[in-house]
Amino acid sequence: MSTLLKVQGVHTFYGSIEALKGVDLEVGTGEIVTLIGANGAGKSTLLMTICGNPHPRGGRIYFEGEDITGRPTYEIIRRGIAQSPEGRRIFPRMTVLENLQMGSITARPGSFDTELERVLTLFPRLKERIGQRAGTMSGGEQQMLAIGRALMSQPKMLLLDEPSLGLAPLVVKQIFEVVKEINREQKMTIFMVEQNAYHALKLAHRAYVMVTGRITMSGTGAQLLADPEVRAAYLEGGH
Amino acid sequence: MEYFLQQLINGLTLGAIYGLIAIGYTMVYGIIGMINFAHGEIYMIGAFVSVITFLVLGALGITWVPLALALMLIFAMLFTSVYGWTVERIAYRPLRGSQRLAPLISAIGMSIFLQNYVQVLQGARVKPLPPIVSGGFSVMERADGFVVSLSYLQIFIILLTVALMYGFTQLIQRTELGRAQRACEQDKVMAGLLGVNVDRTISLTFVMGAALAAVAGMMVTLYYGVIDFYIGFLAGVKAFTAAVLGGIGSLPGAMLGGLCIGLIEAFWSAYFTTEYKDVAAFSILVLVLIFRPTGLLGRPEIEKV
Repeated sequence: MSTLLKVQGVHTFYGSIEALKGVDLEVGTGEIVTLIGANGAGKSTLLMTICGNPHPRGGRIYFEGEDITGRPTYEIIRRGIAQSPEGRRIFPRMTVLENLQMGSITARPGSFDTELERVLTLFPRLKERIGQRAGTMSGGEQQMLAIGRALMSQPKMLLLDEPSLGLAPLVVKQIFEVVKEINREQKMTIFMVEQNAYHALKLAHRAYVMVTGRITMSGTGAQLLADPEVRAAYLEGGH
Repeated sequence: MEYFLQQLINGLTLGAIYGLIAIGYTMVYGIIGMINFAHGEIYMIGAFVSVITFLVLGALGITWVPLALALMLIFAMLFTSVYGWTVERIAYRPLRGSQRLAPLISAIGMSIFLQNYVQVLQGARVKPLPPIVSGGFSVMERADGFVVSLSYLQIFIILLTVALMYGFTQLIQRTELGRAQRACEQDKVMAGLLGVNVDRTISLTFVMGAALAAVAGMMVTLYYGVIDFYIGFLAGVKAFTAAVLGGIGSLPGAMLGGLCIGLIEAFWSAYFTTEYKDVAAFSILVLVLIFRPTGLLGRPEIEKV
């Protein structure tokens, strides 16, 4: 398996606050990798740093072997990274279709119809709502839209930030099913940040644990799931 | 009745011009949340470019009216767009991300700079332009000899405005660029995450606003026949009022607001006094804002998060 994304000693600051304190990790082509950790550990910051907003103050980021550190966001995205970010960030005053059109800005020209078809098959709910204003949909539907929008660009790597946050258990299950399916069917590489550690670790091939801006542990999903420290910190009590 | 009709025609013409300028205010406000106080000066520069183009065309012997008008329009839009782009680049972009007051001060500075720049280059005297489009229809005549007239120029102004506004609305609603602009307006970070070049999109917004203001500048030049370096101030304030009246950030709002201000001015000067026509326009603004703080077509936000 070749390395698709390589993060090397990355430091990110918000003003004078150091949010990432030297993060190293790798994501291989075709893998599902998850990053778990408590609120405020810096998980979302890492995903945003990969996309170049903000830029890291130290360390390097490589995508497909090329150094993308310090490149503008739109250029990084054009290389084949798509993100469904924290808080979903759908465009509330646009229709579902317009949101999906926004997702296909960096896609190959002429691919819109087939990609739209594929996304609407994954999320039949979006098909029913295609002409509706996105801001009027439920949280679960908005999450589907955020993932669908990211998929529209046919990315090489999909970044998912807490896709299960604030959703009903049934919807969470549905979303994780889809994540598994796009990885299996489309060989999509997925890097997912989650607080829902149990589900995430079960789904992922490999996983990392982040504590206050540092990676403290890594291994296969099954290894971490069985690890007493991980169980004590992220699993017990919850499930 | 005849008198009313005449004022309606005059008001519509004036409203079209205000509307075109107001779009620039409302779009820039929508996308970066600041009032571009230099926009009135951009309109003034549009007027100057059209006068200069006319004089150059005259010197070159191009006097066929439709061609002269088309060239004036094209050159005014082109050159004024460059000014709009430059203003954003040097006065606003370096301040993006700083506190809200900074770009506002910078905008006022830019406005004063542009006035003085034109005054130095072109002189402070009023510049006249001979009437290019003359004549018109008499729509109806009253028994006492009062004639309701609709000039060719007024038809030209109203038709061109309607065409531009239609084209512009289509651009915003249907094209990828328009979608990117609306996306930046709602969430710039997310637009960037989808591969939109946010800075370029903002620049293009300034360019579009400036191009429309240039058209307004050319129309005013043709309509009143005189311009000076100071015309941007009052027209800018009026168009800004129009944008706020219609609901700042709303495109149809800017058009409607422009129309309202134009009509209010025309009717007030006709039935009351010309001296207080500005007072009338601003009083209506105050009244509307008391009862509808978001303007006529502004949207009070209710959204699920």
